[in-house]
Amino acid sequence: MSTTETIATGTDTTTGTETTTGTETTTGTETTTGTETTPADSSERTRGPRIGENAPRPDGVPKVNGEFAFGNDMWIEGMLFGRTLRSPHPYARIISIDISKALAMHGVHAVITADDVPGQKLYGLEHKDQPVFASEVVRFHGEPIAAVAADHPETARRACRAIEVEYDVHAPIVDAELSITAPPIHPDGNIFRHMFIRHGHPDSPESEGVVAVEGDYEIGMQDQAFLGPECALGIPLEDGGIELYVSTQWIHADREQTAACLGLDPEQVRMTMAGVGGAFGGREDISLQIHTALLTLHTGRPVKLQYSREESFFGHVHRHPAKMWYRHSARADGTLAKIEARLVFDGGAYASTSSAVLSNASCFAHGPYNVEHALIEGYSVRTNNPSCGAMRGFGAVQTCFAHEAQMDKLAAALGIDSIDLRLKNALKTGDRNITGQLLSGVVPVAELIERCVAHPLPAMGEVGEMMGRPGGAGRTADAHHIKRGFGFAIGWKNLMFSEGFDDYSTARVRIDEGQNGPVVTVHCACAEVGQGFVTLAQQIARTVLGLDEILLHPADTQVGSAGSTSASRQTWMSGGAVQQACEAVRTQIFASLAATHGVDPETLAIQDDHIVSVDGTFSIPVEDAVANKTFEATEVNRHVQTVRLDADGQGDAHVSFAFAAHRAVVDVDEELGLVRVIDITTTQDVGKLLNPRQALGQIEGGIAQGVGLAVMEEIIVTNGKVRNASFTDYLIPTTLDMPTVTIAALIEEPEPGAPFGAKGIGEPPTIASTAAVAAAIRNAIGRDITRVPVRPQDICL
Amino acid sequence: MTVVTATSLDEALDALAGDPSAQLLAGGTDFMVEVSFAHRRPASIVTLRRVDELKGWWRDGDTLVLGAGMTYTELQAEPFLDVVPGLAQAARTVGSPQIRNAGTIGGNIATGSPAGDTLPVLVALDAVIVLQSAADGERRVPWNEFFLGPKRTARRGDELVTAVRVPVVHGRQEYLKVGTRNAMVISVAGVALVMDDDAHTVRVGLGSVGPVPLRAPAAEAFADSTIDWATMTIPDGGAAQFGALVSAAASPIDDQRSTAAYRRHAVGVCARRALQRCLS
Repeated sequence: MSTTETIATGTDTTTGTETTTGTETTTGTETTTGTETTPADSSERTRGPRIGENAPRPDGVPKVNGEFAFGNDMWIEGMLFGRTLRSPHPYARIISIDISKALAMHGVHAVITADDVPGQKLYGLEHKDQPVFASEVVRFHGEPIAAVAADHPETARRACRAIEVEYDVHAPIVDAELSITAPPIHPDGNIFRHMFIRHGHPDSPESEGVVAVEGDYEIGMQDQAFLGPECALGIPLEDGGIELYVSTQWIHADREQTAACLGLDPEQVRMTMAGVGGAFGGREDISLQIHTALLTLHTGRPVKLQYSREESFFGHVHRHPAKMWYRHSARADGTLAKIEARLVFDGGAYASTSSAVLSNASCFAHGPYNVEHALIEGYSVRTNNPSCGAMRGFGAVQTCFAHEAQMDKLAAALGIDSIDLRLKNALKTGDRNITGQLLSGVVPVAELIERCVAHPLPAMGEVGEMMGRPGGAGRTADAHHIKRGFGFAIGWKNLMFSEGFDDYSTARVRIDEGQNGPVVTVHCACAEVGQGFVTLAQQIARTVLGLDEILLHPADTQVGSAGSTSASRQTWMSGGAVQQACEAVRTQIFASLAATHGVDPETLAIQDDHIVSVDGTFSIPVEDAVANKTFEATEVNRHVQTVRLDADGQGDAHVSFAFAAHRAVVDVDEELGLVRVIDITTTQDVGKLLNPRQALGQIEGGIAQGVGLAVMEEIIVTNGKVRNASFTDYLIPTTLDMPTVTIAALIEEPEPGAPFGAKGIGEPPTIASTAAVAAAIRNAIGRDITRVPVRPQDICL
Repeated sequence: MTVVTATSLDEALDALAGDPSAQLLAGGTDFMVEVSFAHRRPASIVTLRRVDELKGWWRDGDTLVLGAGMTYTELQAEPFLDVVPGLAQAARTVGSPQIRNAGTIGGNIATGSPAGDTLPVLVALDAVIVLQSAADGERRVPWNEFFLGPKRTARRGDELVTAVRVPVVHGRQEYLKVGTRNAMVISVAGVALVMDDDAHTVRVGLGSVGPVPLRAPAAEAFADSTIDWATMTIPDGGAAQFGALVSAAASPIDDQRSTAAYRRHAVGVCARRALQRCLS
């Protein structure tokens, strides 16, 4: 079966010029995959952007024009439509499932349940504890019980309604604190992880300072709210295997988990990235991959499964809600003596990445500060709430909200300026964090703080027109109702996977002769979810090889794993793999020149688009050097080995760290409790700016998500039931809610060991922006705010 | 599913007479959400966009007649903006420009959601809903007999909301809407205030604080008698007391969007501010 001609994967297959978008369309046999796309038929080569230059996204204009092929746009002749039946109860025993009426419906090709899972019945990213389909117990509202394939989406929907499930409904466990000691709701128990970090001598009397402040903090359940709901298309292969196109963050982890549940060899599951409309962590876990594959193999027909907006809220994990108790104690001069914290993270029904999220929350619980002693206790706990896992910031967001509130509170108690308090305790290169790890990389905490707060404030006393005030289009506030507030926060987190994870990425780079000269093909399974690898891979290849025509092969499992597009890791990991593969190819080119031109390959270098010898006696355009030849290399990039934290939470668990500071200006209508975030001024530690335009996009987008968590974004769960699974009631910021974003400084100090010295920039904008907005609201109203999102009634009632 | 694309009022009414269970479709901004969520799968639909008789607005003596097909975009634009400014302000709070281009005042009325943004203004104006059917011709129903409960109205299946009639009122109008986002948000609480400078009355309509849009009679009576209509002022504390009386008139609930306590508080604050604006 020929498939590639008819499937739009949304993968960007761009050439070096801006004139061809390379985005695939769904017009049928004329459509080509990336490897078949040829560069623009211009003999005049355009110089494409190198590292450090603005590289426009090839998919940018098509996305704005509605021409980009997202997962939902996939279509193949004769495909069936899948649909998932989900539990209406958060906790119940399944007494019986009767699929007979659904199966008998005209147009229904398959109805499958747990009985139809040929391989492993359980899956999971870190820990296999989640059933492919619930068969005995449902543990969260929306848990899959069965799936249907039918000739029409409406038929599939009706068939799901015809499945009769009898439940014995139990009272759900929805309080994480109570769940710690409650009877287990899963054979693996209710505690995903319980950990301590002990730093210094927190039990000794000397650890106590002269001033202490205490606080309880709470954070609601945020959703990734990506705009492109989950979608997959499965196609059966003649060898009994399957081809799966899916919008995901990590196709190799999907393949491994899917193959295990199908009872297939991983090689029999071939996966290709479909066009992704945002991810933010929400696509790291399995959602519909296994269900789609099962329906495909069961029917022997292509099956497309896509979630509606409502189902998407039930189909992926969310950011962990958390309750956090903190106590900070300081010496009279402001030196942080001791930080104690107890963190309880609600992981929901299944493990997902709860263990790693808690580890992060704990490791960064003290903030980017030196502290003499610390005792952090963390729990991530199973409940009958929706499962939680990865989301941009991954645990650091929650504790940043708490530690920054504590720093402001401590400064007030000490009678010290809160910025001075932060500066006094700021971490720097050569310090150790509370896990005992030496911070050997770039740690520009003081500079980030100073440059952020030194930036001039937006004009004071100017309240905008009605639309620009709190309440916006609702016209609720007059100028004199508004109080302005200012807040500051700084946060940090790890880059790449931690605690001993074997983290790597693979890239294959090949040079072939194209119609108009040499073409470099970069093949990497890195999931493009908006972060900008599509431009970056090309920039790296151009910079290293001095060639301009770069094709990006669709991300698939025909090349080794690139790891997940998460943890701000792909620029370092997959960017590094592309760089290494390009360098290996460059070595081959030099060796070839040595053979043909008798030059010493050790003396050669590529400068812009020429290969030159260091003594200046030899120079040849790269294009000529590679003409009519083929070069290929595959490289695997691994970061330094890390270790799992020991019983006292000690160890070199992380590879590298990134920092960002935010200063928020808010206008608050105190009487109605409405907030308008006016400005976020930020500084960020980026190592090296590889694509300034993309960096700006990441910073603005991350701040939008941080502002959303501060003032509106929350999945409302009442007694285990999700009550706002829609964009009508799950609110994300609009353009009228988005503050101006002012970048006071991006600090470009190269990070040792990082490709081009660049640090990942995707997550840091989200970490402290929420905390800064909360601080600004406190400042405006003169009262404490201990929970985000801040609800109107929290301010005015 | 059958779809009748009506191109005249008679065609629409005939279609409804033949199938009173048919779903009416104008802008689709309420209905299509329910379709997307699979909450509704009607067997038949009558579309109204091509029915010219529903379009536009005109004056009938001392009454304004607004065609049910008027979009929010038309309500918020010149010249209508100056005629019923409260409706224009309410229309501006609805959704995005795309939604406002599609959604109609007739749809807002016929859906009858307590959160419908034009409804507080209409009830403050003592609007009369005009219904038509093939069997009975025209029927005029005052707002307080039309809205029966959340998304329940007095419209019969064979009837179409063709227009809404509101008096021409001289005086300032305000519409304030509280939502937890600065735009594109469903009302958590809404207050419309209509001053009649000739009759020396204040009328208040409330949204999202009861099963139907509400009035606040005690607050209105207080304002009518407390305002100095010659100077257009109110004694100190008068506006606050007005707000408190509006809060007392609300009968809100807790739901996923807000709490009853906040809603009650918010309509009071908004009513006070609306009055202060009208008197300033």
